[in-house]
Amino acid sequence: MNAAYLIPALPLIGAIVLLFGGRRLREPLSGWLATIMAVGSFVATVIVWVSLLGKQASARSIDKNIFTWVPVNSLHVNAGLQLDPLSILWCLFVTGVGSLITLYSIGYMHGDPSFSRFFFLLNAFVFSMIVLVLADNYLFSFFGWEGVGFCSYGLIGFWFDRDTAAVAAKKAFVTNRVGDYGFMIALFLLFQHFGSFNYRDVLHSHLSGSFATGLALMLFLGAVGKSAQIPLYMWLPDAMEGPTPVSALIHAATMVTAGVYLVARSAPIIHFSSAAQWTISIIGAATALLAATIACNQNDIKRVLAYSTVSQLGYMFLGEGSGDYGAGIYHTVMHAFFKALLFLSAGAVIHALHDEQNMKRMGNLRRYLPITFPAFMIGFLALAAIPPFDGFWSKDAILAAAWHKSPALWAVGVLTAFLTAYYMTRQVVLVFFGQSRWFDHAKERGAAGDHHVYEAGGVPHEAPATMTVPLVILAAASVLGWLLDAPFGGLDFINKWLAPLFPPTVAPAFSVATGTKWLIGLVSVAFALAGLASGVAAWRRAVDRPRLEPAVLEHAWYIDEGVSRTVAGPLTRMANTFSFVIDGRLVDGLVRAVSGSFAASGRQLRRVQTGYVRNYALGISAGAVIILFYVSLRAGS
Amino acid sequence: MKTTGLPILNIIVFLPLAGAIICLLLPSASWSSTSLRRSSWSTGRPAPAPGPVSTLGPAGIVGLVVALLELAFVIFLVIDYPTSGHAAGFQFVSRHSWIGAFGIDWSLGVDGISLFLVAMTALLFPIAMFGPTLRGNSRAFMGWMLLLEAACMGTFLSLDLFVFFVMFEITLVPGYFLVAGWGGARRNYAAMKFFIYTFAGSAFLFVAIIALVVLAAPRNGGHQTFDLITLARIAGSLPHADQVLIFCGFAVAFAVKIPLVPFHSWLPDTYTEAPTAGSMILAGILFKLGAYGLLRLGIYVVPVGAADMAPVLLTLAAVGIVYGSLITIMQKDLKRLVAYASIVDVAFIVLGFFAFSSQGVTGGVLEMVNHGLTTGAIFFLVGIVWERRGTLRFSDLGGLQKSMPIMAAVFLAVVMSAIGLPGLNGFVGEFLVLVGTFATHRWWAVVATVAVITAAVYMLWAYQRVFHGPVLNPANDAVADISWRELAVVAPLLVGIVFLGVYPRPFLERVTPSVNYLLDRVEQAAPNAHVPKTHNVTYSLPANQDVRGGPPGAAGAASASGSGGAGSGGSSGSVPSAAGSTPGSATASAGGSK
Repeated sequence: MNAAYLIPALPLIGAIVLLFGGRRLREPLSGWLATIMAVGSFVATVIVWVSLLGKQASARSIDKNIFTWVPVNSLHVNAGLQLDPLSILWCLFVTGVGSLITLYSIGYMHGDPSFSRFFFLLNAFVFSMIVLVLADNYLFSFFGWEGVGFCSYGLIGFWFDRDTAAVAAKKAFVTNRVGDYGFMIALFLLFQHFGSFNYRDVLHSHLSGSFATGLALMLFLGAVGKSAQIPLYMWLPDAMEGPTPVSALIHAATMVTAGVYLVARSAPIIHFSSAAQWTISIIGAATALLAATIACNQNDIKRVLAYSTVSQLGYMFLGEGSGDYGAGIYHTVMHAFFKALLFLSAGAVIHALHDEQNMKRMGNLRRYLPITFPAFMIGFLALAAIPPFDGFWSKDAILAAAWHKSPALWAVGVLTAFLTAYYMTRQVVLVFFGQSRWFDHAKERGAAGDHHVYEAGGVPHEAPATMTVPLVILAAASVLGWLLDAPFGGLDFINKWLAPLFPPTVAPAFSVATGTKWLIGLVSVAFALAGLASGVAAWRRAVDRPRLEPAVLEHAWYIDEGVSRTVAGPLTRMANTFSFVIDGRLVDGLVRAVSGSFAASGRQLRRVQTGYVRNYALGISAGAVIILFYVSLRAGS
Repeated sequence: MKTTGLPILNIIVFLPLAGAIICLLLPSASWSSTSLRRSSWSTGRPAPAPGPVSTLGPAGIVGLVVALLELAFVIFLVIDYPTSGHAAGFQFVSRHSWIGAFGIDWSLGVDGISLFLVAMTALLFPIAMFGPTLRGNSRAFMGWMLLLEAACMGTFLSLDLFVFFVMFEITLVPGYFLVAGWGGARRNYAAMKFFIYTFAGSAFLFVAIIALVVLAAPRNGGHQTFDLITLARIAGSLPHADQVLIFCGFAVAFAVKIPLVPFHSWLPDTYTEAPTAGSMILAGILFKLGAYGLLRLGIYVVPVGAADMAPVLLTLAAVGIVYGSLITIMQKDLKRLVAYASIVDVAFIVLGFFAFSSQGVTGGVLEMVNHGLTTGAIFFLVGIVWERRGTLRFSDLGGLQKSMPIMAAVFLAVVMSAIGLPGLNGFVGEFLVLVGTFATHRWWAVVATVAVITAAVYMLWAYQRVFHGPVLNPANDAVADISWRELAVVAPLLVGIVFLGVYPRPFLERVTPSVNYLLDRVEQAAPNAHVPKTHNVTYSLPANQDVRGGPPGAAGAASASGSGGAGSGGSSGSVPSAAGSTPGSATASAGGSK
């Protein structure tokens, strides 16, 4: 199966060519090159997938060793690939969604002076993500893990001349690094305990509970950073400073799901520790709820979606922590479809309004965007979990697992479902319905010298085909994708496909009674519809409703500001003290004091050398007297 | 033991020395202008801001030819270095009696640990000599640089403590003059501080060496010897307290040179004031002399002392990492920030060494090379910014990516290497150090891993303040991008950064046997040092290098395993007459190679 090598190789080649020759290729050639490489990678993944399908369920794993990366005695790490159901599933949607978004970007990034740099980073990102999921050991996965972090840094800060973008990029990287601290400690623990990082060696041994807890929590800390969970979620909303396709690809569909992948991959470790499972599900549920409350009150079209991503990632962890890895992964795939769709549609809206992102300045756009509007609606219904769209089925599976774990977790999940429907309705109403508010603002901007706005006659225009084609494909996936794992009619493909990875020893099967299942489904639909209805009721006529928009939510519970003030402030002062007081005055001061004392004693001693013979004679005779005195004392005793 | 017909190590040491002498002998008429003569260092009062000099004057040509020739020899050495058979001992050994009465030999050898330091030195010198735009007297500059290269090579290659000490000290002289002659505004203060501080540290080294030699003499049949291998064999039988004291002497001297917190305060001044080339060499190579000494003299010769003092050094390293990170974050000047960041990097090296696990020590050795490549590149790039903008204060910079996009990309790659992004060299070294430390000293590693976060903070914040953001200062609006020449200069370093990150295997395969051998020694000498047994291979060592069980006295001062008759004859001729040895008695070539 040499197609396996092509999966990472094609985007890598694309990235290298674009890195060195991107400036010569220019627009749109570099965009097409990147797209072809991503599509080629997708095709190669499909070929591998088909060949795996032809095998026995237990034999569906191909190992490909590329080269020995780090050999130092017992530490022997290969750059190797492991193509098994889990990694191929991830690879399929990473390359699939990645290809669509690369294609979309050709239109979206049109006219940008750094067009090629963008596509270099996209291809490098796809390559890193592929390495992350296909690697056959934790360390090589970490290579991809950091690679996506780097690409994310480059893409968030793509418009580097904006201060906000530069700060957001740094914030994302540093916050991720806090998570990486945990990942690295986990790597050290793995090496100390197993002498190996290979999934094959690590994941098939019996562990003691406390060791498993420590290891699992450290791995989860890594996942928390990458997947923007409490307490490391703050970087993701700020990451919306990047171009919209980046938000769709990296900060919604793929990179942020790396944490979900890591937890799923480490399931055989996690199942030894009930404490870790509880931690994962509680953090997941809490993040889901917290982010949903914040999303209710954001005015930036992308920030709403960003918080909803954080919230949905919380659902995924809730599912995994509750022991139903299949449900968490099912939701990951569905989320990749509909969230990419939502972001790309939002991008089309922003494109149409010439970089307007404030929802309060939109409205009535359904008349002008004949393709974007239905696409966005489909994404909206899927995210709001209205049956039969994608989100409903996967969220339902997670809620069933949460119910089995604890009704309290389930209750949080249902409440979040209500809020999700509410804030998404608010968004749709503000953007696509009501009065057209963009016209006045367009005029204002035109008067302010932004003639770009008037080129199209002041009327929003639908995006070019490179942008709408991905929308249509993703919309179709958001309508029909749920059939990949439908809970009836033997359609549970994902569960069957992943079954070899999550045997009952790892994820004990649990059954929720059919009646309870129906009830859970009905309750969540009821809550979603209630959220939808209240959203429509609240925002149908009004644009500003101060009572529904308390400042505390607009400021995201003041958590970010609070952290800056209570942690960053004192830390900065402490570092300042260290740099300029302790290091500058104390440590260096001591050194200068030592050298100063030498100089001073030199000055004092210089006085002794007066040059007068009588002084020297005095000294000599005084010394002689002392010596004589001493000698006579010693002799006498 | 590997030998060749060529006395290659002698060539590597003496070639730059010869180049330096040629530079010195060049007629002064070859100086490019009379106005520059006044600005030479020798007047002690350089003219303000002399114009750039064409590097390729006669002295420049000599320097270029010699530096590249040296690089070619070193490449040959690396290729020729044996990889098979677990060669752990010193290769290409060349030994000639030098000052016989005191048991001082002119003795050189290379093992896996020093091999890549030599390679890095040979690579970095031509880049530092010809990369940055040179201002001032090119003849003196080339001369000092070549002398410095010879001394560095000599330090890395010497197998005799006297030779080591002499070479180690010689590096200070060109170091001083490079800072004082071509440095920034406070260059005289910085150069003096650098010289006196490290020279004071060297006093400890000198005392420790003399003490070791004197104490060891009775156990060597009354013969004094400065031979590293012999001393290492004998040192184990010295009283425990003596070994610890000797180690402490080494440790203080090298801690100043490295420098370890709290002996670091000479560093920021020196690095900031040094010219670009000087910073590249000081940070890239002179640092490593201390770290290398700690390994070669400290751990190898007195493993008992090293094992006893390991907790102290590990703690200093861990403290240095956290403390260094904190003070680095708040720096207001790019060059000073990079200088402080070096403190963190070298603390990692020490941490890895004293973890006494093969991953840790190998990682430390890799970090030495990494730091040379990365910091060398960073200082070079910082120098470019300085040449273009005349300032390095963050408040004056910002938004440079707009006018220098290629520069920004190159800088980012180097910054990522410093942060430890997997796929670049920094990660492999840092990870090996940490994983090796964790295996033996868990909590030190847990503390040190914090640098993963802080390095990202200070490096990315610095990058942001230089390259990102809107252009607020009009002077940053149209800055010339990195030129093709500069790109070509930095390219070898970038290649090294990527290569060691993606495929470090050729490096690790050569280093690991020597490291294992070293650790075996520590384990034998100090069984309670908790050296994890990580390998089951016996390493082939030449008989006269087996410091554990070799025939006593056989490897004494008189024994010689030369590098072949023709080779030793040639090299003995090139022993400088200043050393006071008569060529006739100097050669003790048995011609026997194992």
